[in-house]
Amino acid sequence: MTLPAQGTSTPNGIAPPTLWICEHCDTVYHRRVLTRREVARCARCDAILARHHGLSINGMLALVVTAMIAFIQANIWPIVTLGLNGQHISTTLWGCIVMMWREHAQVVAALAAFTLFFAPIFKMVLLGWVLGYARSGRRAPGFRLAMVTLYRIGPWTMSEVFVLGTLVAIVKAHMYFEVIPDPGIFAYGVLMLVITAFSSIDVRRLWDLTQDERA
Amino acid sequence: MSTLPRAGDLGLIGCHVCGLVCRDINASDAACPRCGSALHKRKSASYSRTWALLIAAFIFYIPANVLPIMRTVSVGDVDDNTILSGVIELWVKGSPDLAIIVFTASIVVPVLKFFALSLLLISSQRRSLWAQRQRSKLFRLVEFIGYWSMLDVFVVALLTALVQFGFFSEVEPLPGVIYFGLTVVITMLASMTFDPRLIWDGRDFDD
Repeated sequence: MTLPAQGTSTPNGIAPPTLWICEHCDTVYHRRVLTRREVARCARCDAILARHHGLSINGMLALVVTAMIAFIQANIWPIVTLGLNGQHISTTLWGCIVMMWREHAQVVAALAAFTLFFAPIFKMVLLGWVLGYARSGRRAPGFRLAMVTLYRIGPWTMSEVFVLGTLVAIVKAHMYFEVIPDPGIFAYGVLMLVITAFSSIDVRRLWDLTQDERA
Repeated sequence: MSTLPRAGDLGLIGCHVCGLVCRDINASDAACPRCGSALHKRKSASYSRTWALLIAAFIFYIPANVLPIMRTVSVGDVDDNTILSGVIELWVKGSPDLAIIVFTASIVVPVLKFFALSLLLISSQRRSLWAQRQRSKLFRLVEFIGYWSMLDVFVVALLTALVQFGFFSEVEPLPGVIYFGLTVVITMLASMTFDPRLIWDGRDFDD
């Protein structure tokens, strides 16, 4: 077994690793092919080492495109409308962000803009980019940077929390106002389903599935 | 259990970002040859950084709970809500199920994070061999639930944008919500800085 040393790069590319190292306790395992629906767990700490890849690259790309469409719809249509005495007010995600900024909660506005808008967009665009090339086994230009960025922004996308927040806000508002759901909320519902479907996918496997062109 | 080899014992190091397994050449500034990310045997200064972030988060958590997060003005009637009073209002006005969700996200989860991370830090620093497997699971739970605490922050943002009926009814955010948002972000950073492998770095008996 030959392993690349850290800090050195070999002229003929780097072979996919033959070992798993548990991220939670550092235990080393030989990789093996997983059968359908199988999940490999660490014998020491029970963390997930790897899952069977249920979805092809095309399937993953389809999910990303679906998420993009849902995300666009979720952002252009109002989410919900409130009525009081014949007066109606509706809002979109950006309506919330702008309003929080104006009401002296700029920190919250920035947090919401990042976790609900920029991070998800970045994630979808980068995924679409690397997956589009990965269909033919190639690494997209900027593959390395895209994959590292995806890893870093991963924990900071919070659209699913926002969907639950919308439900709570609707129930709270319902005590005093007339509440009318708008198309945005349904688009967010679809987005939440896609996010859930994607949550078990480890995109890091693209490192092993694609080849560096220079190699 | 028979001995399960650990990467450190075999002179190996795993890249967190791309999953490559590398030989450890004991250089302090080593980078992964595949993705270029820095390689460390353990996250650097994990204990002191996690403690610092955890204490900072706890300091922010006090005003987040004491200060009101939202003001409702309707027909001249001013009502300031804290996180807890918002939960009570939901409970009393007929949505106990939702009250439980909000209570869990805004109060149980942050408090659990403070306790869990403190426990993990103290036990790992003492190189304790106690309940290592359960401690590992506790850490994964903390990581998984962390960001759901942003729930209340988003609720306030939505209500602020929606309830703008001038004289009849208006909602505005109050400073508590800013402290609360920062608490959530800082506790997330704290759980990211903690290195779960430290749980298993007790004295070098293997199982």
